[in-house]
Amino acid sequence: MSLRNESLRLQSGPYFGEFGGRFVPESLVAALDELTAEYELAKKDPAFAAALMELHRNYTGRPSIITEVPRFAEYAGGARIILKREDLNHTGSHKINNALGQALLTKRIGKTRVIAETGAGQHGVATATVAALFGLECVVYMGEVDTERQALNVARMRLLGAEVVPVKTGSRTLKDAINDAMRDWVTNVETTNYIFGTVAGPHPFPAMVRDFQKIIGEEARQQVLDLTGSLPDAVTACVGGGSNAMGIFHAFLDDADVALFGYEAAGDGVETLRHAATITKGRPGVLHGARSMLLQDEDGQTVESHSISAGLDYPGVGPEHAWLSSIGRATYLPITDDEAMSALRLLSRTEGIIPAIESSHALAGTLELGRALGPEATILVNLSGRGDKDMETAGRYFDLLDEGAEQS
Amino acid sequence: MSTPKISDAVAGGVVSTVEQTISRRRSEGGGALIGYLPVGFPTLTESIDAAVALVANGVDIIELGLPYSDPVMDGPVIQAATQQALANGFKLRHGFEAIRAITAQVDAPVLVMTYWNPVVQYGVERFADDLRAAGGAGLITPDLIPDEAGDWMEASIRTGLDRVFLAAPSSSDARLIQAIEASRGFVYTVSTMGTTGARAGVDAAARILVERLRAVGCTSACVGLGISTPEQVREILGYADGAIVGSALVKALTDGGVPAVARLALQLAAGAQDIRPASSPG
Repeated sequence: MSLRNESLRLQSGPYFGEFGGRFVPESLVAALDELTAEYELAKKDPAFAAALMELHRNYTGRPSIITEVPRFAEYAGGARIILKREDLNHTGSHKINNALGQALLTKRIGKTRVIAETGAGQHGVATATVAALFGLECVVYMGEVDTERQALNVARMRLLGAEVVPVKTGSRTLKDAINDAMRDWVTNVETTNYIFGTVAGPHPFPAMVRDFQKIIGEEARQQVLDLTGSLPDAVTACVGGGSNAMGIFHAFLDDADVALFGYEAAGDGVETLRHAATITKGRPGVLHGARSMLLQDEDGQTVESHSISAGLDYPGVGPEHAWLSSIGRATYLPITDDEAMSALRLLSRTEGIIPAIESSHALAGTLELGRALGPEATILVNLSGRGDKDMETAGRYFDLLDEGAEQS
Repeated sequence: MSTPKISDAVAGGVVSTVEQTISRRRSEGGGALIGYLPVGFPTLTESIDAAVALVANGVDIIELGLPYSDPVMDGPVIQAATQQALANGFKLRHGFEAIRAITAQVDAPVLVMTYWNPVVQYGVERFADDLRAAGGAGLITPDLIPDEAGDWMEASIRTGLDRVFLAAPSSSDARLIQAIEASRGFVYTVSTMGTTGARAGVDAAARILVERLRAVGCTSACVGLGISTPEQVREILGYADGAIVGSALVKALTDGGVPAVARLALQLAAGAQDIRPASSPG
């Protein structure tokens, strides 16, 4: 395959190399066709772009800033570390970028009800938020395990007027929430649009969600150039399904000198069975409508993933990441729960920024990367979300709660 | 290369026993009754016994489901059953064992219903060979659309296995034609927008969809999703070539074991008789 003269940024599905496609029940094909056609029209419509940009600016608070973190960087071999602050977005993560885009598209198609899946609850909160903003009925599917460990986000979604359905089947996490959302969509497709939260799923979702997230990298690339006068040596992000990573990677895909690193959740360690390191330990397979890398047994049954971070606790990954890994353009490495939690505390104490546990995987990877690259290097990290939602988990992990405080 | 039509009952030198069965039932004045049960539920042995009981009590074609971790087309009853089968240790090889055991006892065609990833991981060619060797008739593929089925088209043509693709109320006419041309055995006509599971009334959408399929040349349309009573079977066979019952049989197996499955099959089969005068053209 000769990619030398082709822009890697032009990939728009259904396939990214051998990955992607549409492995869905026939009942959904009409809806996917409609969504694809409407998205293609919207892409060419200046009014759509203007409406989205207006929301980015005056609702989300974009462009998000970049913050250099020298005290944190001392622990990364002195490399220069710059954070892209998606944590400062309205609703607390990058998920709002995509939810706004797909909500605008829902209005364009004329549907009145939206559904979403959510793991950590960030995409669910973002979808509930845009549903409130646009006056859409909203149902969010969330694995029962996740409704427990992200109870605060469940309350947020309900306060915003969304119905949250705890999913009790399978492993009761994100993968099962997606199954139930797909079942809902198959049943209610006439009135309902599925606002998918990550760069996985059947075409057009991987390309469309990436397009709604690529503003992260477009802004950051220019911001780093303005700050340092050159491109960073490396760009890093955490990868569950992979939307924040595709969002920041995309603008740099053709910058051959910029290394791209995605950090997967290694849970208890990739040598154990309790992890979510899909690219590191998985192999190609079909799940949730796309061919990509997948944690599965020899029979093709999906294996349950494990991570302290609900947002990365997913046995699949977006097909564009599988492709970038297969052609060697991006490198994907595992980060354990303990490494991530340690980075979470380090950023909190050195810089006064409490990151989401998901994003802390990227921070932990960056610490290692900085030590490897040395003090001359500049690394751009996507700080995809803030840690407010994780205080209960962090409180327990670091034993920060006074006795009895959990009941009060 | 021309795409094989559904009416081509011979491919790879093998006759489609599914099409033969459907056509025999038509000439007898009835319609085909297709019964679904998952392998390995509640145990491997009982699932084999239950499938045999289906045929002994008048079911014409067996749809044998392979349990899968993420069955997006299935409702709560089948989800619970297949999840239990997986928890009990179901492996793909048990599927082939079950087909061997069933076809040794009854001569009804056994179609396998499977989500696509298990086939991919087993190897599409190897799966087709082993399915043929076990005596299986073909595959029903709920999450594989003809657009993505290149490997399976090749393997099934080579081995003479049936390919049952789905048609949905939301499918365009162009997609209906694509499903008809890609399928062999029958086109699985989805009665309603939704997942598997018994419903009080079968959607009017089923009749409309069969009419739309007929209008673009379909000669073999079997209706599934939401069918649970002899009355519904009779109603559907008034316009379709076959009626597929799944969740109701699984529920009977859950609640009353193999005897309950046998009783329900017998009742359902009564609904599949005397639909029209014998030997009339379908």
